Amino acid sequence: MAIDKATVLRIAKLARIEVADEATDGLAAELNAILAWVEQLSEVDTEGVEPMTSVVEVTLPQRADVAGAVASREDLLADAPNAEDGFFTVPKVVE
Amino acid sequence: MSALTDLTIAAARAGLESREFSARELTEAHIKAAEAGRGLNALVVETFDQARERADASDKRLAAGEGGMLEGVPLAIKDLFCTRGVHSTACSHVLDGFEPPYESTVTENLWREGAVMLGKANMDEFAMGSANVTSYYGNVINPWRRAGDDKPLVPGGSSGGSAAAVAARMALGATGTDTGGSIRQPAAFCGLVGLKPTYGRCSRWGIIAFASSLDQAGPLTRGVEDAALMLGAMAGYDAKDSTSVDVVVPDYAAALNGEVKGLRVGVPAEYRLEGMPEEIEALWRRGIDWFKAAGAEIVDIALPHTKYSLPTYYIVAPAECSSNLARYDGVRYGLREADDDLTQMYERTRAAGFGAEVQRRIMIGTYVLSAGYYDAYYLKAQKLRTLIADDFRTAFESVDVVLTPTAPSPAFAIGEKMDDPIAMYLNDVFTVPASLAGLPGISVPAGLSAEGLPLGLQLLGQPFDEARMLNAARFLEIAAEFTAKPAWLNEGAP
Repeated sequence: MAIDKATVLRIAKLARIEVADEATDGLAAELNAILAWVEQLSEVDTEGVEPMTSVVEVTLPQRADVAGAVASREDLLADAPNAEDGFFTVPKVVE
Repeated sequence: MSALTDLTIAAARAGLESREFSARELTEAHIKAAEAGRGLNALVVETFDQARERADASDKRLAAGEGGMLEGVPLAIKDLFCTRGVHSTACSHVLDGFEPPYESTVTENLWREGAVMLGKANMDEFAMGSANVTSYYGNVINPWRRAGDDKPLVPGGSSGGSAAAVAARMALGATGTDTGGSIRQPAAFCGLVGLKPTYGRCSRWGIIAFASSLDQAGPLTRGVEDAALMLGAMAGYDAKDSTSVDVVVPDYAAALNGEVKGLRVGVPAEYRLEGMPEEIEALWRRGIDWFKAAGAEIVDIALPHTKYSLPTYYIVAPAECSSNLARYDGVRYGLREADDDLTQMYERTRAAGFGAEVQRRIMIGTYVLSAGYYDAYYLKAQKLRTLIADDFRTAFESVDVVLTPTAPSPAFAIGEKMDDPIAMYLNDVFTVPASLAGLPGISVPAGLSAEGLPLGLQLLGQPFDEARMLNAARFLEIAAEFTAKPAWLNEGAP
């Protein structure tokens, strides 16, 4: 289960975080230390135990299917690092 | 320190009602204290002008006899709460400049009851930390110092700015959030009362999410009655949070009498840790003796899966964090590191915007949720969480509250425990189990360490039974007679 350099880069890719090449060894060591520590859970027999999905026993409420707004389009776009013509912008995706 | 800043919320409310002083005077006194306390770095944003306006409005309502539960009470608000038009960044670089166009339900509830916001409190980035050393805005300094030692200490975390502000008399109370101990542990480190309600008691709507199945808002105050007053204002069902629970919010403050005769107090042997400082053990024994002497029944209980709580937490919380923090993509708010390529824009923004601890947790969370590892880590942790919650369920068949220490040590110096993430995680060894079980918990200042630093005792209650837990806490407060004050108040900056 040891995390190597290639695994660090794979996780970083999945997490969409740029990791400098020289940082991978240190990160691998840190992640391995944490995983080795959580490994102690394997000594507990959890056969037949239901995984917890909610800490309070409630039925998920359903709201009426009605459109609403917590803020105006203008207000929400005002927080965007780059908005144009009433839209969020991203770098060109389609050639 | 003026007399006005040393009041409890309860006393301030009485003084305001009788017009002994005005809300404006009360707020001005706290603004002055906050200015004098800038060296503690407790507030990352000051909203003093807004505070003055709100205080004036409070004076009008008080004069008309229309004051709310917290009318005119100046508070610090943890930067994790979205506040309309005011900096709300979780003290992360990635949310640079974010001023939400909406208000969190909890803060909205506080404003409805007349509370006054003095500013946004410093915190560990995205609430990930136990010492307030991961904030983009720098470390917070604990107003307490060891006797005869000027070394700056951490206030605990993640609600470290909230705790420092209240301990330094810059605010009468503060909001915090607790995912694994982030209210209770800083409260213990700063000599305060810190309350984490039952999961579902306070709405999470508008609170920047860290680990959604664990996050709960609660108050940090200088007394149990103040915690009861603040919780009463903060709590309540909210249709905007699907995990908010629709149960009655009792008048917590009115029910406080400190009477514990016949109360069944559970003491879990598993919280007696190898290598725990003797003074923490002694404090715990003292707490047990106080309850016994007052006619409470001390019951030995077993919480056999306690030792698995921290490793379980450090799978569950990072998993949820990796999912929750996926939204910071440089598109809708905050920081953006420009790049011509979309994926690289995401990757560069997130690398620049998140600090080391947050990146570490996102990576761990991504790993334990990834194909091939999900069952071994995440599913396993979810099963452990069931066993940990079952331990408490069984214990609460024979007890009303559980008594433990809050933290395994008093506040430590900035720089200590910083090289090893796991050493830092161990701070939360006594607070994390109740978080995993969704139970309410409260830390009460109960004594001083040999070095003159505050130590807390923790009480845990049954789900939605905060009232009984608060009453036991009120008893503890009376028995402990904790009156010590932080060095900052007498001596100023180190």
